[in-house]
Amino acid sequence: MSKETTSRINVLKTYKLYIGGAFPRTESGRYDRQTNAKGDLVANICRASRKDFRNAMVAARKAQRGWAARSAFNRSQILYRMAEMLESRSATFERALEDAAGYKKKDAAAEVATAIDRLVWYAGWCDKFTQLFGNTNPVASAHFNFTFPEAMGVVTVLAPKSAPLLGLISTFAPVIVGGNSTIVVVDNDAPTIAIELAEVLATSDLPGGVVNILTGRRDELTPHIGSHMDLDAIFAVGSDKDEERALSIAATESIKRTKFIDDRSASEWRDADAQSPYMILPFIEFKTAWHPIGGVAGGGGAY
Amino acid sequence: MAPGPRPLRCTSKDTPVTAKKTTKSKKTTKPPGSDTPHALLYGDLWDYAPAPESTGHTRFEKKYGHFIGGEFVAGKDHFKSINPATEEPIAEFASADAAMVDKAVKAARKAHKVWGKMRGSERAKYLFRIARMIQERSRELAVLESMDGGKPIRESRDVDIPLVAAHFFHYAGWADKLEYAFPGARVSSVGVAGQIIPWNFPLLMAAWKIAPALATGNTVVLKPAETTPLTAMKLAEIIAEAGLPPGVVNIVNGAGKTGAAIVDHPDIDKIAFTGSTDVGKIIQRAIAGTGKRLTLELGGKGANIIFADAAIDQAVEGIINGIFFNQGHVCCAGSRLLVQESVHDEVVAKLKLRIESLIVGDPLDKNTDIGAINSKEQLGRIKALVDAGASEGATMHQSSCALPDRGYFFRPTFFTGVSQSHRIAQEEIFGPVLSVLTFRTPDEAVAKANNTPYGLSAGVWTDKGSRLFEMAGALRAGVIWGNTFNKFDPTSPFGGYKESGFGREGGRQGLLPYLEVR
Repeated sequence: MSKETTSRINVLKTYKLYIGGAFPRTESGRYDRQTNAKGDLVANICRASRKDFRNAMVAARKAQRGWAARSAFNRSQILYRMAEMLESRSATFERALEDAAGYKKKDAAAEVATAIDRLVWYAGWCDKFTQLFGNTNPVASAHFNFTFPEAMGVVTVLAPKSAPLLGLISTFAPVIVGGNSTIVVVDNDAPTIAIELAEVLATSDLPGGVVNILTGRRDELTPHIGSHMDLDAIFAVGSDKDEERALSIAATESIKRTKFIDDRSASEWRDADAQSPYMILPFIEFKTAWHPIGGVAGGGGAY
Repeated sequence: MAPGPRPLRCTSKDTPVTAKKTTKSKKTTKPPGSDTPHALLYGDLWDYAPAPESTGHTRFEKKYGHFIGGEFVAGKDHFKSINPATEEPIAEFASADAAMVDKAVKAARKAHKVWGKMRGSERAKYLFRIARMIQERSRELAVLESMDGGKPIRESRDVDIPLVAAHFFHYAGWADKLEYAFPGARVSSVGVAGQIIPWNFPLLMAAWKIAPALATGNTVVLKPAETTPLTAMKLAEIIAEAGLPPGVVNIVNGAGKTGAAIVDHPDIDKIAFTGSTDVGKIIQRAIAGTGKRLTLELGGKGANIIFADAAIDQAVEGIINGIFFNQGHVCCAGSRLLVQESVHDEVVAKLKLRIESLIVGDPLDKNTDIGAINSKEQLGRIKALVDAGASEGATMHQSSCALPDRGYFFRPTFFTGVSQSHRIAQEEIFGPVLSVLTFRTPDEAVAKANNTPYGLSAGVWTDKGSRLFEMAGALRAGVIWGNTFNKFDPTSPFGGYKESGFGREGGRQGLLPYLEVR
């Protein structure tokens, strides 16, 4: 009997999409090649189609009401849980940033650390932004009147090109803090990291469908995103003029809300001003409610 | 603001706008729609004496151009603004072309260098001044508003103009407190705002647009609606008399073309529009990719939801106020009545009775509940949709009251047997026409209420607090009125969800559209 070699071969991971809490392949069967800085193949990643987006839209819509209906405290704990899960996998993400995205060790560690801290930071906003943005209104008539923020609904995030981990977290976290569900479209040089992150989300008690992640080609998907009649808002990072114009025009059909912001460099995404409660603001609706105040005999404003 | 409770009668008022008498005798025993005979409807024993508000004290020009750079400038291509109650022209107004709009934008840009840098405490004092001067001239403004737009004097006097003054007063106080509005953020003005407003609340909409824009250090180019430009010109007069730096407020007259010239002007930083959803979409499309900021306050098809446990008499008053306030020319009107099945017949009977007692006629008469439809075109749109309601199979109920011989009037109307797919349940009628639908469970009420592309307002009538909160949370609309309807206040943010637009007007949140928040 000949002698067997002892070396073993790695098990490669198949990277799929993240829709409704599950990891389906793209229905289109198409793929894009992700290579590292040296040009070696990292993975064949899914090239999401219009149909995948529509499936994600259905999942996001289904999940949104339940997510918004959860207590703010519960949403807060779930975002915090994401941070916990990310912390326990920090070494994995650091290595992934180095191997797949060509980060230096120091930068990889900084991005992962900031990403975890940012999740913790936004986790804390879940039960606070309502008080920051809402208020009672001293109307001149005998009514109790108050204004409070509500979720907008389903928001598509066109994620930054840079900072494959932190860019994602910095953009979808403020969206879901407000009770929205989201479809994150990832078109960057290391989309495998987004799917690694999906594995974190899938094990963080986050209800399926609250965050959906599609890898693929942004320019191919944006026309369908802009014109989808059930989508409430679009949060686009780093759009050029043409994309901004095309999305804005398509958005008019159902009066979608749009928010365009510039992309940042990977290190700028780590800056303190890359997180703000005012990132929550574009994705909430203000609701104002009135009710008459009765005139109880002997009642009055002051005693 | 609501047409208040009044004796049961159908009016045929002797006012300058004369109306033919109708036969009233039939109601002395059994008014239409009433299941219980009334022994005596004392309103049938006498008529209301005419109580017209005099117009002699008002001053206005026969011909207006525009207000640019602090001065009234002559224009061309004049059109007439008609008194919709008499069909007689009131005054002529010029139409601003692109060159005139450009002149206004340049004046606003120049003024922003002054106004944007002025200390907030000084801006505040100008706005307080405007508020006070509006109060001083409120009677004149109310009369002119009713003459030009057709709304009852009782509403322009008691609702519109007081709210106009209050709006300026409220935002005046914000001008020097902006750094406290949004904790942790740095705020600055946006620049020049182009503002286009509708004809249903002419001066109030001007106040909603101008006051927050000025408080936050912006300058404006405002276009009033072409059927109701008169009070905007009076406001310009007040602004000039208040001594505002020239160009801070510029008002250009004209119709859609003038509006388009504002929207398309490259040196405008922000567009604020109140009007129809169709035009809102055109504007959103027109500025796509330009970087201009936008707020839209568009149409609505508000649901007014009546639960069986509600105080029915109060709810009926709320329904009446919800749909007949300002002839139903209200974007947040409660134009879809969702009534719980078990009280449907009772509510409908009371509604039939109640619409008979609404006084339709001369807007300037202090007894009038429902004034003139704003324009011939609008009257045509209302009639077309009412015809559609009838032809689609809904049952029409209309007041039997007489209408004046002249002017644009429409009887208070409601439809029963309306299904969700009917045009009168889906499209904004913007007139005194109510569609009645029914529901059994709260879930069904929510589903039906939310089953429209709009999301501006909703009303809920119930005696049960927990249900009210539940409904308030589940309804997708920007303003929820619980056991009340059509209430407005400068401190209370107003604006829509979904295709009713975005952005809020009123209160702290109403500052956001006019601020850069960093």
